[in-house]
Amino acid sequence: MKVEEIVKILDAEILTSGHDPGLEIMHACGSDLMSDVMAYVEENVLLLTGLVSPQVIRTAEMMDIRVICFVRGKNVTPSVIDMARERGITLLVTRHPMFIACGMLYSAGLRGKGVRD
Amino acid sequence: MNYVLPVGDFLMAGEASSNVKKILNQLGIPPRIVKRTAVAMYEAELNAVIHAYGGRAEVEITKDFIVVEVIDDGPGIPDIELAMTEGYSTAPDEIREMGFGAGMGLPNIKRNADEFSIESEVGKGTRVRIVVYFNR
Ligand SMILES: Nc1ncnc2c1ncn2[C@@H]1O[C@H](COP(=O)(O)OP(=O)(O)OP(=O)(O)O)[C@@H](O)[C@H]1O
Ligand SMILES: [Mg+2]
Repeated sequence: MKVEEIVKILDAEILTSGHDPGLEIMHACGSDLMSDVMAYVEENVLLLTGLVSPQVIRTAEMMDIRVICFVRGKNVTPSVIDMARERGITLLVTRHPMFIACGMLYSAGLRGKGVRD
Repeated sequence: MNYVLPVGDFLMAGEASSNVKKILNQLGIPPRIVKRTAVAMYEAELNAVIHAYGGRAEVEITKDFIVVEVIDDGPGIPDIELAMTEGYSTAPDEIREMGFGAGMGLPNIKRNADEFSIESEVGKGTRVRIVVYFNR
């Protein structure tokens, strides 16, 4: 699923302009626990999270995660957006809460869990 | 090559790992191996910041492998076997609220490293050593 489709499905806003909207995403992971993301995620997932801190961007950087979607219409500070932009990470924000956002993507056909068992 | 990198506060945690990741990418190391190194080092860096008020990272890169040592003068770990158990954590609530403190870090370092060792003395500090080989 392309990032531009994800944006449409989640009615999301792109916070970092200039990144490839045609980037293909095969897996997604919804988590507020960065410890788990680092311990279990294996694929290049879309990370959906309600946490908005520099350490979310750091975690994505280390894990080669290219796209993050903040759920529940979180306010994202300019410094977090800059950090993501510098690292080539695309940031999205949707007003939908975590459960709904994940459900919408799953229903639309994004099924890969991207985590090890 | 040898780098001594400061490990700062929680918001800054990851600077050192980020630098090392960039260097390894520039050297053309395979992405999978770079990722393993970066994740292991970042977990160690976070631990030094969260559990030991910061420390330093010493990094040695050769043609065949990287050695990362994250060293702190913090409180030390009384029971290393317990600390290595998945799910064991003494992280305070404010760290958990930031999405860390699940007790996954040390096991995750071990999983990502080719060689891993940890030495710790209560009241003195902790030293975590990570080796990752480039062609395995
Ligand atoms: N550098 C350190 N100094 C003192 N104690 C440490 C240090 N590193 C780890 N510990 C102790 O070992 C425990 C387990 O560490 P581990 O990294 O596995 O989990 P965590 O840091 O608590 O949570 P997570 O890594 O999932 O965010 C810590 O909660 C802490 O008690
Ligand atoms: Mg840890």
